Amino acid sequence: MTSNTNSSTKFVLESTDFQRLIDVLAGIGYRVIGPTLDHNAVIYDDIASVTDLPIGWTDEQDAATYRLTRRADEAFFGYVIAPQSWKKFLHPSQVRLWQATLNNGTFDILPDPEKPEPMAFIGVRSCELHAIAIQDRIFIEGEYVDPTYYARRENLFIVAVNCGQAGGTCFCTSVNTGPKVEAGYDLALTEIIDHEVHYFVVEVGSEQGQHVLTQLPVRPADKREAKLPKTITDNTASQIKRHLNTDGIKELLYTSSENSRWDEIAKRCLTCTNCTMVCPTCFCTTVEDVTDLTGQHAERTRKWDSCFTMDFSYIHGGSVRYSTKSRYRQWMTHKLATWIDQFGTLGCVGCGRCITWCPVGIDITAELEAIRQTKVKGEATKEVSNENVG
Amino acid sequence: MINLPSQTTTRQLTDPMKPEPFRVKRVMKESYDTFTLELEPVATDRQFTFAPGQFNMLYMFGVGEIPISISGDPNQPGMLVHTTRIVGSVTKAMSKLKAGDVLGVRGPFGTGWPVSAAKGCDVILVAGGIGLAPLRPVLYQTLAHRDRYGKVVLLYGCRSPEDILFRKELEKWRARFDLEIFVTVDYGDSDWHGNVGVVTKLIPKAPFDALNAVAMICGPEVMMRFTAIELQKRGVDGESIALSMERNMKCAIGLCGHCQFGPTFICKDGPVFNYPQLQSWLAQWEV
Amino acid sequence: MKTLDELLHEHEFFKGFKPEHLELMAGCATNVVFEAGQYIFHENEEANYFYVIRHGLVALEIHDPRRGPISIDTLQENDVLGWSWLFTPYRRHFDAKAVKLTRAVAIDGICLRTKCENDHTLGYLMMQRFATVLADRLEQTRLQVLKLYD
Repeated sequence: MTSNTNSSTKFVLESTDFQRLIDVLAGIGYRVIGPTLDHNAVIYDDIASVTDLPIGWTDEQDAATYRLTRRADEAFFGYVIAPQSWKKFLHPSQVRLWQATLNNGTFDILPDPEKPEPMAFIGVRSCELHAIAIQDRIFIEGEYVDPTYYARRENLFIVAVNCGQAGGTCFCTSVNTGPKVEAGYDLALTEIIDHEVHYFVVEVGSEQGQHVLTQLPVRPADKREAKLPKTITDNTASQIKRHLNTDGIKELLYTSSENSRWDEIAKRCLTCTNCTMVCPTCFCTTVEDVTDLTGQHAERTRKWDSCFTMDFSYIHGGSVRYSTKSRYRQWMTHKLATWIDQFGTLGCVGCGRCITWCPVGIDITAELEAIRQTKVKGEATKEVSNENVG
Repeated sequence: MINLPSQTTTRQLTDPMKPEPFRVKRVMKESYDTFTLELEPVATDRQFTFAPGQFNMLYMFGVGEIPISISGDPNQPGMLVHTTRIVGSVTKAMSKLKAGDVLGVRGPFGTGWPVSAAKGCDVILVAGGIGLAPLRPVLYQTLAHRDRYGKVVLLYGCRSPEDILFRKELEKWRARFDLEIFVTVDYGDSDWHGNVGVVTKLIPKAPFDALNAVAMICGPEVMMRFTAIELQKRGVDGESIALSMERNMKCAIGLCGHCQFGPTFICKDGPVFNYPQLQSWLAQWEV
Repeated sequence: MKTLDELLHEHEFFKGFKPEHLELMAGCATNVVFEAGQYIFHENEEANYFYVIRHGLVALEIHDPRRGPISIDTLQENDVLGWSWLFTPYRRHFDAKAVKLTRAVAIDGICLRTKCENDHTLGYLMMQRFATVLADRLEQTRLQVLKLYD
């Protein structure tokens, strides 16, 4: 598991030496995963070479909008954030939990297959680091440890990347998850590129990170270079357009179950489940038990599920959350309020994916504000009418 | 606030999603759609212990898995008992089990009824329909240590006389002088000489000291809501009322997200809750 | 042996009635006993009496041609049986059968109706009491109708 070793020394890795980083990690035995172009987007997938990176590409994101566009430079990490998060590797969308066979009147569960190979993620944004920490709390720090997550998380090597620009739907500054990477990484990179130079300021966050660093052709960063991660991310923070007002957020949502805004949202929401699929902290799953045609062999598979589906809350007789309104309310109340009581933090990391990938562009930050305003207005009306009666 | 016994795990499960094989010793038909399974572990060295109120995930090979409360005697660890209604494909497959068949068990999970918190108090159990099954272990427990409790009263409502669960056992218990059982049905035929009407009707006249009682309610959610109100009308403190909730469950270990009810996970923060904990959420629609 | 007056005085249903009201009602009242299995009244009969149950168990029934008599409610000690005497057309809505040996005080509805007409304070109190009984029964019936156990 990654830990934060207190290293105030920063280093510089030239972009021409970046391939070394990938090679060293692969050499240690990691499966290297990073950003790459596919399906008209920047996604996270297996990479082997620097040329696999989305060099010179960026993504323009807004509500219900994602466009891949060319940059003027050849930055490696000049995009904002992939549609799907690293959760697809740590908490896979489909996992076979076990197989079993009938045997002499009883059944045997077959031994587990080999453990998955250790992974190295390159390009993890600050908000994504926080999302991983949030999922750690769910899957590792609860009463029951999820062996699937744990097997993939315990040997994970994280190369984080500071954001050089804010995305159109980002709001990490509202929830204290970025843009600057603070902790939870092995190595953190800040890309510096202009017409003259192209290098990375490297910070070490753990012993494993230190170990990898010793195999890279780095030089110490000078005083000016060492300040760049902060300068760059301060600038990124100033670009952030959206704001989630977290004042009294739990209390607000706990007392808003009958807020009329939910009905308004329900008119737009398609319950398509996109938001839950792209959200880096959503963790709900379902379990499928199947058998083969002979009935002798059975399997249990775990798959991602979404609270937006009709039968998510099905108990004999019907679904508890039947209406679209109740399902959207459940998702948002969970993400921004009940999560706090359950896990001690907000469930949202401000990555903005749900806004980008919602086909009708529902913006969680705007909706929270609308709920707040609707509540305030409702209370004001009550006060006025009480005055009239008194 | 009375303390609910926290999750008891009888042993450290290496993978909590893997069921253990249990063999059916006996299947008893309770009514036209309800049956009881008596199970014992296939592994002979295994003892199964649980707290009244806890549940298991029962797995029918290749068909599926569902949460069912344990309905047996906690002082008989050699035998695992479950009573269930046929409500879907898994329970339908279960109803066809015969002695010698094997099914999978994961558990026990969840919080238990406040049986030890009830020491020195009157114990009032209110059961609706199949809700009697998760409360039966409380009866076994209180009767096994009868001198620890004050009056023990069971109020039980079900659909009709044919639907009365554990009838022979109830009749036997009713004959005791230290236990009071009142049964009511939604409608009766001419052979029925007992009470007719909803179970909440039995509360105003039930023989217990409202100011020194611990109440445990189990049944359909509407019934539990109205029962809690009726008990409070009688003078029972909300803090002394416990109820058992139910929601869709897939994992039973707090990781699949399905069983959430407000901020609680029914599989690990419940299924037994103190009434004040849930009061505001129970009143809301579609939670 | 207690007088009817005293019996009524002790009964929960009549708490708060003035002694002169109770005396008035006692004038309309008689002690009755029903054997187990005996029908107290049938659907559609004239509703001339209501009964204050002192002891026993009474089932309210509806007779269905296919299913026979179905019991939909039971009343016991301290409950009041019969409210149709107070509202037109003064006809019984259900059958009532004593499930066990039942002792009750039967109060002549026609007699009491006249007295209520003449003394509106008594009339108002009567209406209040019965309205409460009906409200409670309505709530219970509504819960029963939900068929929660299905």
